[in-house]
Amino acid sequence: MLIKDGVRVDGRKPDELRPIKIEAGVLYRADGSCYLEWGGNKIMAAVYGPREALPRHIQDPTKAIVNARYNMASFSVEERKRPGPDRRSTEISKVTSEALESVIFTELFPRTTIDVCIEVLDAEAGTRCAGITAAAVALADAGIPMRDLPVACAAGKIDGTVVLDLSSDEDKEGEADLPVAIAPRNEEILLLQMDGHLTYKEFEEALDLAIKGCKEVAKLQRKALLNKYKTFEVE
Amino acid sequence: MDIPEVKRVSAVKRDHLARLAKEGKRPDGRGPDEYRPIKIERNVIKKAEGSARVKIGNTMVLAGIKLEVGEPYPDSPEEGAMSTSAELPPLASPEFEPGPPKPDAIELARVVDRGIRESKYIQLDKLCIEPGEKVWIVFIDLHVLDYDGNLFDACSLAASAALQKAVIPNERYGFGDNEPLPVTSPPVSCTFVKYEDFIVVDPNLDEEQIAQARFTVALDKNGDIRAMQKGLKGSFTIDEIKNNIKRAQIHAQKIRKLLEE
Repeated sequence: MLIKDGVRVDGRKPDELRPIKIEAGVLYRADGSCYLEWGGNKIMAAVYGPREALPRHIQDPTKAIVNARYNMASFSVEERKRPGPDRRSTEISKVTSEALESVIFTELFPRTTIDVCIEVLDAEAGTRCAGITAAAVALADAGIPMRDLPVACAAGKIDGTVVLDLSSDEDKEGEADLPVAIAPRNEEILLLQMDGHLTYKEFEEALDLAIKGCKEVAKLQRKALLNKYKTFEVE
Repeated sequence: MDIPEVKRVSAVKRDHLARLAKEGKRPDGRGPDEYRPIKIERNVIKKAEGSARVKIGNTMVLAGIKLEVGEPYPDSPEEGAMSTSAELPPLASPEFEPGPPKPDAIELARVVDRGIRESKYIQLDKLCIEPGEKVWIVFIDLHVLDYDGNLFDACSLAASAALQKAVIPNERYGFGDNEPLPVTSPPVSCTFVKYEDFIVVDPNLDEEQIAQARFTVALDKNGDIRAMQKGLKGSFTIDEIKNNIKRAQIHAQKIRKLLEE
């Protein structure tokens, strides 16, 4: 039983997020960075670039390449993960790159790459959403021009109830998971994946809930960025 | 891809560091025997059996410990085993590239491994479950997060700190309650580089990039030597090596106090 009288196993209401903490500009070497804790997830994201794309034959003379790399630390999961990319992380890297690229003004930086590194240091369900959310803050911290600050959050279904932001138990035992990334200003969908079983009606409900979650997380992203730069205020 | 023969350092920076070195000064104002501030935080990763985040100045590394049940080596059927690996992800530096570990990362992991192994820090003889059949294998994974020089000392310190408070995950395998990982007293590593005949401890990135030679020594609690590694293309004189070890003995005592706090 994952939900009883509208209360989930970890005490949350169906539309409640896990606790989230975001900090911008935490790394010294990176051009932009973000540390994010989301429930039991701990994510470090860094951005390098725009910088010359090498080797030169990968350069696009019309725009920048957005290259996100999602990587899990070997100690971030219960059973030690062998270091290096696997099929899962390769797919997540690809959809993350595409989601981020759609908000970046890539045409301003021909022949360059914008490298986005997402390191999952501690994992507890919803790492791809946490990764995209952290990457967006790192991109803004690096001063990359974007038409909006992307944000991601998942909704899902447990015991027949649509809920926000699945925990690890809910992800394993639940019936569906729907991670979504949006550009919050106009609610454009930048990433959408789903696995499990949803009726069309449940999908509508889950998407609404995920977007509501995204907008809540978006506020925390903005707060983290303002926090970093408020020390530069001039009178 | 080939490893770049010469790391990119501007002539201006190189000259500046050389000029300072002649006066016995370092680019960040430290003396030749001064570490940057060191910060150790333990148990930062919930999924790991032990973990520590260590900062030395702007350098930041994360060590995570995982234990798995596996077969012992045929020559030590009643002993657990350990394995150390280091990742230098592109997150940590504009020069790091994705891909399988390169020689730099492998050397780093092996030097950290030797310090721990040779000081018998982990009591491998207490990690046997069924002689010849099942033992605990301790994985030490070093994840570099921010690279501003001296990964050898940062990684060694992070590994030591993470192991110090690690647990054996008996519960996960149905062996009863979790218990502390049996350890003795940790090795402490000290790294020096030489440039312009100037030898400094705890090099930052600028110093490392123009260094001609590097020397790392791991000491036990008595100040005895448990592992050493000379690196890079330049050389040290015999007296310089001896002097480095004596300097390291003083530094190691101070760093050991941080581990015991």
